[in-house]
Amino acid sequence: MDVFRVLVVDDELDFLETIVKRLKRRKVDATGVDSGKKALEILEKQHFDVVILDVRMPGMDGIETLKEIKRVRPLMEVIMLTGHASVESGMQGMQLGAFDYVLKPADIDELLEKVQQAYERKSLHEEKIRQSKDII
Amino acid sequence: MEDKGYRKLQWKIVGTTLGFSLIPLVALGLSMYYLFSFSYTSKIMDTLRSKAENRRVAMDLFFDERVSQLTTLAYTHSLDQLKDENYLNSVFTLMQARSKSYVDLGVIDRSGNHVAYVGPYELKGLNYHDEEWFHEVMLRGIYISDVYTGFRKLPHFIIAVMRREGDNTWILRATIDTDLFDSMVKAAQSGKKGDAYVLNDDNVLQTKPRYGGELLSKIDDFQMARFVGTHVEDMIIGGERGIFATTWLRNKDWMLVIKEDPREQLLPLEHARFLVVGLGLLGLILIIVGTLFVARAMVAQLMESEREKAILDSNLMQSSKMAALGKLAAGIAHEVNNPLAVIKEKVGWMKDLLGEEDISKSENFEEFEDAVKKIDHHVDRAKKVTHRLLGFARRMEPVQEKVDVNKLLDGTLDFLRNEAHYRNIEIQTNYFEGLPETVSDSAQLQQVFLNIFNNAIDAIGKDGVISVTTSYNSRDKDMVVIVADNGPGIPNDVLNRIFDPFFTTKEVGTGTGLGLSISYSIMEKLGGRILVASEVGKGTTFSLYIPIVHHEKA
Repeated sequence: MDVFRVLVVDDELDFLETIVKRLKRRKVDATGVDSGKKALEILEKQHFDVVILDVRMPGMDGIETLKEIKRVRPLMEVIMLTGHASVESGMQGMQLGAFDYVLKPADIDELLEKVQQAYERKSLHEEKIRQSKDII
Repeated sequence: MEDKGYRKLQWKIVGTTLGFSLIPLVALGLSMYYLFSFSYTSKIMDTLRSKAENRRVAMDLFFDERVSQLTTLAYTHSLDQLKDENYLNSVFTLMQARSKSYVDLGVIDRSGNHVAYVGPYELKGLNYHDEEWFHEVMLRGIYISDVYTGFRKLPHFIIAVMRREGDNTWILRATIDTDLFDSMVKAAQSGKKGDAYVLNDDNVLQTKPRYGGELLSKIDDFQMARFVGTHVEDMIIGGERGIFATTWLRNKDWMLVIKEDPREQLLPLEHARFLVVGLGLLGLILIIVGTLFVARAMVAQLMESEREKAILDSNLMQSSKMAALGKLAAGIAHEVNNPLAVIKEKVGWMKDLLGEEDISKSENFEEFEDAVKKIDHHVDRAKKVTHRLLGFARRMEPVQEKVDVNKLLDGTLDFLRNEAHYRNIEIQTNYFEGLPETVSDSAQLQQVFLNIFNNAIDAIGKDGVISVTTSYNSRDKDMVVIVADNGPGIPNDVLNRIFDPFFTTKEVGTGTGLGLSISYSIMEKLGGRILVASEVGKGTTFSLYIPIVHHEKA
């Protein structure tokens, strides 16, 4: 299995810190930031495969961040973490191009599975694009 | 409002309406009757007055004629001529040819001797010198007597006229038959009870009345001095009520009395009174019946609308209660969910670490592992609660799709068949064939069905029957799903609260108390409603009304 890079965005530091540790332990190159703004900054500098994004955050919330990420990196796969604003915001996120949503508190294995699926889809997309470029 | 209050209101309406309609009715009826009665009575009296006057004039004329005949006879002949009985007889015959009222004719000299006589009786030679009428006629020249029977034992009266011839004075005297006179008076007797008679100034009857009294008997009740004109009065004479017209003759101290029976004359008035009273009573009955009917209908209408209002109020209260509790529940869920997520991650991290080699050798490793598992398990339990709460609070637009309720019920029951079989609970289904499809949210409906079925199974426990019935009437806007169990039933005080969130009768940890409140809000959101009826010892019935919608909303 490829090592893929995941960015976790959540304002709850205890949560963020732990999930990053747990993902790393599962051979995922995870990085955590605690706001949407920081996420966008770090996306400028580094390459990530999947973003796990909390919906409800102070300042720039998950939906806004999602829109911005999709604008800057259209191929980036995003998984929404919803707990506060319930299913609707998750669905809204999916309409805006998120890969899926996971209800908080999430099971780590379930989350990991979704991350993997997202990564596969992204790879597939990138592969297709590369192929089409080759043809051209 | 209580029944008593309604009754009071009803009587108030009845009282007011009756008052306002009966008072004018009675006033109108009475005044009409009195006006009519007054004008009718005065008309009768006027008629009677003119009748009496006509009669009096005729009688006066009768006397005038007789007096002037005799006067003419006396003054155109001398005593000597008339003393001759043959001549007197020829004159008498001539007079009788014109009028049968003359009975006899006689000539009396100044000393009172009857010197000549023509007539059926032997009166010649009688001396009248001491008779009262002789003095009267010598004094006044003309004399008309009262009726008397005299020598002849027959009612008659006399008219005497005095003639001065030089120094001599003599009297021409005629006896008048009362028959003609009587018949003139009798002609005024009208109707069955009407009467007419003549009284002299001593109240002695001069003609025979139809009823009560003989000729020449006295009627004491009249106390009338001579007056001019005609009196018409309602009086009681001889114990009988009557309308009496009285008038004095001009030529004689006789009073003509015409009596009419008021009962007879006033019969039309009596009829009018009956009519007024009858119509009044009829109107009264109609008004009373109408008023009672209207008042009853009004109060019934009022009660009905008040009851509808009460139902509406209670529905509204339930809805607003649900809304407020929904907000509260959502708030709590949000706040609890975040720390829960952190705990979940932390415990997951601990689990991860426990897998490492060095810790697994620790002597309390199993205790740690067990504790971590338990924490994880209970976080999951708490998670379920918060997720259900969020589901309860959620205001997601329901999906619009075609739903076959019978099929949906079957599908839902399939989940439960094993459980029911295991508990020896029979599920009877009685579906309405041709139940129309409706547009609704099948997932949410299924959630409601599941909740209700689960409750029924839990209520029964073991050994029982659950019946599921669908019905539909084309006139209604809803179809009904009736789920009845034969469990222990729900006591009344609990029944009022079963839709409240967090209300549960199940053991702590087995139920959230949200199932029925979620079902309630789902049914409301789908435009239906949910009703419950229960009897302790017999079972509980839930009725789910699902609106029939034919077209999906755009």
